[in-house]
Amino acid sequence: MRVMAQMSMVMNLDKCIGCHTCSVTCKQAWTNRSGTEYIWFNNVETRPGQGYPRGYEDQSTWKGGWELGRNGRLKLKAGGRLTKLMQLFSNPRLPGIEDYYEPWTYEYDQLLSAPAQQQNIPTAPPKSLITGERVQIQWSGNWDDDLGGTYQHKDKDPMLKGIEDKVQFEFDQTFMFYLPRICEHCLNPTCVASCPSGAIYKREEDGIVLVDQDGCRGWRMCITGCPYKKIYFNHRTGKAEKCTFCYPRIEQGEPTVCAETCVGRLRYIGLVLYDADRVTEAASTTDEQDLYAAQRDIILDPHDPEVIAGARAAGIPHDWIRAAQKSPTYRLIKDYEVALPLHPEYRTMPMVWYIPPLSPVVDVVRDTGYDAEDAENLFAAIDALRIPIEYLANLFTAGNVPAVERVLYRMAAMRSYMRDVNLGGEPREGIAHAVGMDGESMEEMYRLLAIAKYEDRYVIPVGHHESAHDLESTGTDCPLNAPGGPGMSMAPPEESMGMAGPGYGTSRRATDPPSGVTVNLLNWDGRGRPSGMFPAPQPGGA
Amino acid sequence: MNPDSVAAILLWIVVPYMVLAVFVLGHVWRFRTDRFGWTTRSSQIYESRLLAIGSPMFHFGIIGIFVGHVVGLGIPKSWTTAIGISDHVYHLMAVTIGLAAAVACVGGLLILLYRRRTNARVFGATTGGDKLMYLLLSLTILFGVLATLVHSTIGHYDYREGVSIWFRNFWTLRPSTELMAAAPIFFQLHILSALALFAAWPFTRLVHVFAAPVGYLTRPYIVYRSKDPRREAERRGWEKVKF
Repeated sequence: MRVMAQMSMVMNLDKCIGCHTCSVTCKQAWTNRSGTEYIWFNNVETRPGQGYPRGYEDQSTWKGGWELGRNGRLKLKAGGRLTKLMQLFSNPRLPGIEDYYEPWTYEYDQLLSAPAQQQNIPTAPPKSLITGERVQIQWSGNWDDDLGGTYQHKDKDPMLKGIEDKVQFEFDQTFMFYLPRICEHCLNPTCVASCPSGAIYKREEDGIVLVDQDGCRGWRMCITGCPYKKIYFNHRTGKAEKCTFCYPRIEQGEPTVCAETCVGRLRYIGLVLYDADRVTEAASTTDEQDLYAAQRDIILDPHDPEVIAGARAAGIPHDWIRAAQKSPTYRLIKDYEVALPLHPEYRTMPMVWYIPPLSPVVDVVRDTGYDAEDAENLFAAIDALRIPIEYLANLFTAGNVPAVERVLYRMAAMRSYMRDVNLGGEPREGIAHAVGMDGESMEEMYRLLAIAKYEDRYVIPVGHHESAHDLESTGTDCPLNAPGGPGMSMAPPEESMGMAGPGYGTSRRATDPPSGVTVNLLNWDGRGRPSGMFPAPQPGGA
Repeated sequence: MNPDSVAAILLWIVVPYMVLAVFVLGHVWRFRTDRFGWTTRSSQIYESRLLAIGSPMFHFGIIGIFVGHVVGLGIPKSWTTAIGISDHVYHLMAVTIGLAAAVACVGGLLILLYRRRTNARVFGATTGGDKLMYLLLSLTILFGVLATLVHSTIGHYDYREGVSIWFRNFWTLRPSTELMAAAPIFFQLHILSALALFAAWPFTRLVHVFAAPVGYLTRPYIVYRSKDPRREAERRGWEKVKF
């Protein structure tokens, strides 16, 4: 057993109202630079729908993720090392900008500079941010929001394959939900495995997957490799960029920007401990539908003395183990078993989990005039609403319908059980027992899902104290001392804090000479000896 | 050209060594100061269809041509004769393999140039350095093809008795001007344009040649890294969105 810690997130989809606040705040924080206009580290998709980029889940086209070879071993779906090297000059599975959208702005200046006596009302026509020419806007990151245009495009949602004829009559009335997506920070990431330069890596301490911006050479294989299409190509710098799990905030014990600003407070962040030795084995599970269980099983119980001993042996600090014990994500994934991974069939072991939405089911029951808080009615509705449940199963359990049903039963049972409690009635233990829980855990789950406070939703240990000083992003050092700090150049302070871009803080190698020894001939005026070129003369030396 | 003239000494001795110094030190400087800019700056996201034909054609072609140059310039004639390859056979091999590589390289380059000029997105992402690089690269390839066609295939200039020996002498630090001064005009132009290309090389996107990811073949798939102490925070190449 090799214990490793992983920062993980759970999103409760019942609470997502599709407001895109997470996307916008994320964009403001990370991707408001040129070259990243189309890049959404966080995006919110309406399901059913095509997602972003369009149809990214169709792996027969994009070849993302892993697959099992004939010998039962994992291999990259887009081809192994030699194939990748032969495809360096042209990647046959790379999404084009048209699969995302052509970013644009508007010629706002036209509104101000139009002459006063002009006959026509001045307009601000859209202009491409890539070519600078005027464009016809045809698609964007959330063009099919709220099922907009879904009738036209429904056949393009890969998850509807096989159930599309049955769905078209009912789904636009009864079945729609939002799916916020960030990088999954997988335990078995294909982007990392696909990178020819070895520039993408998983942080040993917290499992966050980052791109070393100085190591990336723009070979583009990671974009194909990631089945979630959550690695993007910065078309100005020629480098791959991805969601950073807001590592500078996480290191300070603060939640990610998307979680912090979430209006519905639907995101939970916490540590899980997992057995790194069993990741490959779990990802190689033969039956796709068993992958969810396999993935859940490699997450270790942080209260188990053996696991604690293993974590200590692996150098995981005590406060991190404590944080893992209090982790809300662990409780939702392992204790209550209501959180499911997105597309376990990609075999990447994603670490952003989702509680599937019960609300579409509740809506149906309420619309038919029955009591939508009654467990029996809800159970019956879950059984009856085959199509939405199958759809959810395609998303979260590789088509394993009973696994999704189990989660929805629990959510329905909690709803019914808590109604009795809230109305001052006698809670019915039987409801809890029917779904394999007891009243106490039911109330705990309710508290975590419904009324958890900030510190309950985000249990994030700070970057460990003894090493924290060495992390440039934690700012425990005087910023004046950093090269690029005040008095050393005109760099704005946030850059001297090491927050200039994704992968920035971890992109330096330990072998780089320490500050003060480097020579920058670019700034040398040609007069005298450049500072730092020679070591300072030692008094009394030869 | 008089082999003892100042021009000859400058062109065939001084400039080549200066270019070598610029090439080596330029790469060292670029690697130390601009690792962030060390990228292929791929434009595939803008346009894939033409690139899928042109780029592999060009790259595999130019790799073939590079290998051909290593053999043609690096291996003395006496060696190949010693292992029983006659002049005729050698020439036949060089012309057929070289022709295939040249067709792929030139064809690919033409497709890529057409793509870069006609696709507004790709052209918009083309920098001044790119244009200089394309010019020097195209000239070098053009003069190389002309030299082979005019002087070696139609004419009877044996570069293995001329340019190749000058090239080896350059590396063994016994530079001479005679052989180059006597070489046909397109060989001279080919070498001069190549020198210009090598001098510009470290400052253009061509640095991606020295990023060939051969280590990928041996490393484990999943890379882990620890949060090492890292200090410096120099300015990066980020720029703000222009609205």
